[in-house]
Amino acid sequence: MKQTRMWQRTALAVAAAALLPGAAYAAEKVKVGLMLPYTGTYASLGNAITNGFKQYVAEQGGTLGGREVEYFVVDDESDPSKATENASKLVKRDDVDVLVGTVHSGVALAMAKVARDTKTLLIIPNAGADELTGPLCAPNVFRSSFSAWQPAYAMGKIVAESGHKNVVTVSWKYSFGEQSVAGFKEAFEKAGGKVAKELYLPFLNVEFQPYLTEIASLKPDAVFVFFAGGGAAKFVKDYDAAGLKKSIPLYGSGFLTDGTLDAMGGAGEGLMTTLHYADGLTNAKDAGFRGKYEATYKIEPDVYAVQGYDAAQMLRAGLDAVKGAKLDKAVMIKAIEAAKIDSPRGAFTLSKAHNPVQDIYLRKVEGRDNKLVGVAEKALADPARGCRML
Amino acid sequence: MNPRISMFLKLAVLAGVVAFPAFGSDFYAELVAKVLILAIFAMSLDLLVGFTGLVSFGHAAYFGVAAYAVALLTPQYDPANLWLALPLSIGAAAAAAFLIGLFVLRTKGIYFIMVTLAFAQMAYYVFHDTPLGGGSDGIYLNFKPDTSIAGWAPFDLNEPLHLYYFVVAALLVVFGLLKLVLRSPFGRVLVGIRSNEHRMLSLGYATFRYKLAAFTLAGALAGVAGFLYAVLFGFVTPEYLSWHKSGDVLLMVILGGMGNLVGAIAGAVAIVGLQEVFTGWTKHWQLIMGLTIVAAVLFMPGGLTAVPGRILNWKNGGAK
Amino acid sequence: MDFVSFLIQILNSLQYGLLLFLVASGLTLVFGIMGIINLAHGSFYMVGAYLALALTSLTGNLMLAIALGIPLAFVFGALLEWLLFSHLYKRDHLEQVLLTYGLILIFEELRSLAVGDDVHGVAIPAIFSASIPLSENLSYPVYRIVISVVCLALAAGLYFLIQKTRLGMMIRAGSHDRDMVKALGIDINLLYRTVFALGVALAALAGMLAAPISSVYPGMGSSVLIISFVIVVIGGVGSVWGALVAALLIGFADTFGKVLVPDLAGLMVYLVMAGVLLWRPEGIFKKG
Repeated sequence: MKQTRMWQRTALAVAAAALLPGAAYAAEKVKVGLMLPYTGTYASLGNAITNGFKQYVAEQGGTLGGREVEYFVVDDESDPSKATENASKLVKRDDVDVLVGTVHSGVALAMAKVARDTKTLLIIPNAGADELTGPLCAPNVFRSSFSAWQPAYAMGKIVAESGHKNVVTVSWKYSFGEQSVAGFKEAFEKAGGKVAKELYLPFLNVEFQPYLTEIASLKPDAVFVFFAGGGAAKFVKDYDAAGLKKSIPLYGSGFLTDGTLDAMGGAGEGLMTTLHYADGLTNAKDAGFRGKYEATYKIEPDVYAVQGYDAAQMLRAGLDAVKGAKLDKAVMIKAIEAAKIDSPRGAFTLSKAHNPVQDIYLRKVEGRDNKLVGVAEKALADPARGCRML
Repeated sequence: MNPRISMFLKLAVLAGVVAFPAFGSDFYAELVAKVLILAIFAMSLDLLVGFTGLVSFGHAAYFGVAAYAVALLTPQYDPANLWLALPLSIGAAAAAAFLIGLFVLRTKGIYFIMVTLAFAQMAYYVFHDTPLGGGSDGIYLNFKPDTSIAGWAPFDLNEPLHLYYFVVAALLVVFGLLKLVLRSPFGRVLVGIRSNEHRMLSLGYATFRYKLAAFTLAGALAGVAGFLYAVLFGFVTPEYLSWHKSGDVLLMVILGGMGNLVGAIAGAVAIVGLQEVFTGWTKHWQLIMGLTIVAAVLFMPGGLTAVPGRILNWKNGGAK
Repeated sequence: MDFVSFLIQILNSLQYGLLLFLVASGLTLVFGIMGIINLAHGSFYMVGAYLALALTSLTGNLMLAIALGIPLAFVFGALLEWLLFSHLYKRDHLEQVLLTYGLILIFEELRSLAVGDDVHGVAIPAIFSASIPLSENLSYPVYRIVISVVCLALAAGLYFLIQKTRLGMMIRAGSHDRDMVKALGIDINLLYRTVFALGVALAALAGMLAAPISSVYPGMGSSVLIISFVIVVIGGVGSVWGALVAALLIGFADTFGKVLVPDLAGLMVYLVMAGVLLWRPEGIFKKG
């Protein structure tokens, strides 16, 4: 509480400083290392995060906490085999003050390792692997997005409440998919449901037909899936074309329908998903954010842009606390931990493990929007199992 | 080139590499170490492509197998012993090369290229899809190997400088070993196979055995590189075995000039260097990389090491 | 697995295999006849899918888009052969590998520059958008059946082309003995250009046909490339018939692998390949 108030006071002080010409302290620049995918499957996500981050900086007049921002950009290609090297390039060569990245969880795990080894501040604007704010949590590692567990857990409760008893899950076989399924299963079975079978495909494989046939013969009450990007679009189309959408309702983590609706044609219509962002939120922050984003980049913002925007906000909270003096990491970490981030998704705080404690929304696909239906879980915190900072 | 000048140049470069950490930052020392490791990898492939005439498009498999071997040999909370982990990792790579060699060496030409690619892809999926090594998420190497022999540790791989010189030493050992092999009667048979396998067969050489031995040796040396790479970066993923990695190393060999160990090293330097430069320029750096490759193939037959000779030739009025 | 599901899985295997055949057939032709190893073949599949996307949004109809796309792809292939590949015949395989590897990077980045990196969808033509009920809750999309039929028709067409036409005769002769063909006064350059363009058109057609069911996305080319290689390896270089048999074999191995041994699903295809190679090191239908 006390710290929150202090943060507010700091913010006021900074605002005042910004208003008074000449009163701004002669602070050094802050070096930000953006390590995101700009080529390959996740390129559009990397661009959205970058756009969001830069938009917030632009809104602050091109500075954060009174400091000019100098960017160092690396394309991580979503390639884990180059991740350690790319991260150490930013830390050791460019000597950045803070690392921001990335989308791919495997790459983010490698970044977290580098950040821990070199004590560099890291803000993760997407990658949802539970470990990042679980067993691998660290004082200098923050996340502005979500954990795989969060949206999936919220969905488990929703599916159980809809009266489904017997569910089949489908996902790619990789930790993010498995964690999503585990989060769903935890909530769903706690509420009395039963996961009849967990189906896994090799990572990025999109030949779904054999699995759809198997689902049809298992005849569950509902299906929960985790897919993203091109795979998500294809799964939903195939599911619909196989006639299963009519008889067996499909639920998923929000990534199923984020940025993929266009590719689905109409096949996604009516799907229910859970995520920490939605179309049709009613807060003023969101309206302002979307208006500016569309004006600047000529495309609609998505959840990834929001996560990039909030990563910049979190960094600002840290920079405000050191007030132009030397970048004292302990002070910055304390300030970010205590900050209340006024996000377009709705304000959130950070858990002790440094993951957002946030509302998870239930959304329904209408046309090209993931329309808000309601709040599935209020201020949901990741359990952060295995984190030693709890 | 004059052998004396060439020797002098080699020694000068070596001196530069040895002295480098005193001047370059940590990051650049790590980058040079990476280049040296990839140079080992490229030399091992050159034994097949340049000297024996076997165009393997799946060489990353053995690199990756050794990298996984050291990761799996390292207990979660303790380091592995270097003198145990290194030979075992190299052995694993050699064994994989031997087994795959039994299949692929029965084919030739275009077919050989495709079959080596397909088998490497198979190895990729072993690590990608089965729970053996952490699946598609990869696996961490939390501790660099411990170098102690009976309680005495001659050096410490956790020290970046020690690791750097360990890599330099490995490069020299592999370079020397390959030179010896190529000068031996065995090496001459390999070169004979490249120029005319039928003749070698009719001279009474069981060429299959020679090719298998070369394939296994190349796999083992690629294993040395894979081992070092895993130790340097502390992380192993199935991507180490992917066909892109096989393509990259082939690129190094060809760009440097085949059948020339120094060329393989030059190729490694050039490819990593180009990547560093291009990624700094633009998000679409792969476009420039692609154009460079296409241009190199069309306009630079013989690779980088042929360039000085060609320039000399051109200066002498193109006289042969 | 109950019996109905079993039958449906067979249908799935056939359909997947046939689509793979379409991609692999062009690859095996170019390999076998021109002796060119072409890693960029997957990129032609991608180009096809993006052509379908662009032309469908232009004409409003996928079938019209395909009708326009095939000649475009053919011309594109001929141009590419003239510009680049024709310089490669006398070079060794290694340089072919390299050049086509470079082309993959170029095509992928040009795509990113031109269309961006989002996932796109292409609508199934209205007349094929229905589904046929197969079991009480599962139906089969008509469009998938259409694809299978088109693939079968193309296989028959290719067979006819190669076995019964003058062009086919030249192709067969060319793959056996280049000099002989030259001596007969046949323009080998034109022949090669035609075959290469045909290969590109086949891969692009596969991409166009698959666009509605697979979506159109970055990196889609490399996913089919390796599997096409495996098919050519199993079937035997240059054998269209071998490619058909191998593609179907892969279709079955993949589908039933996923259902019966999910832990080895990704490996199944390669285990089949290793088995075939033990038995016949140069593929099932080795060319003389």
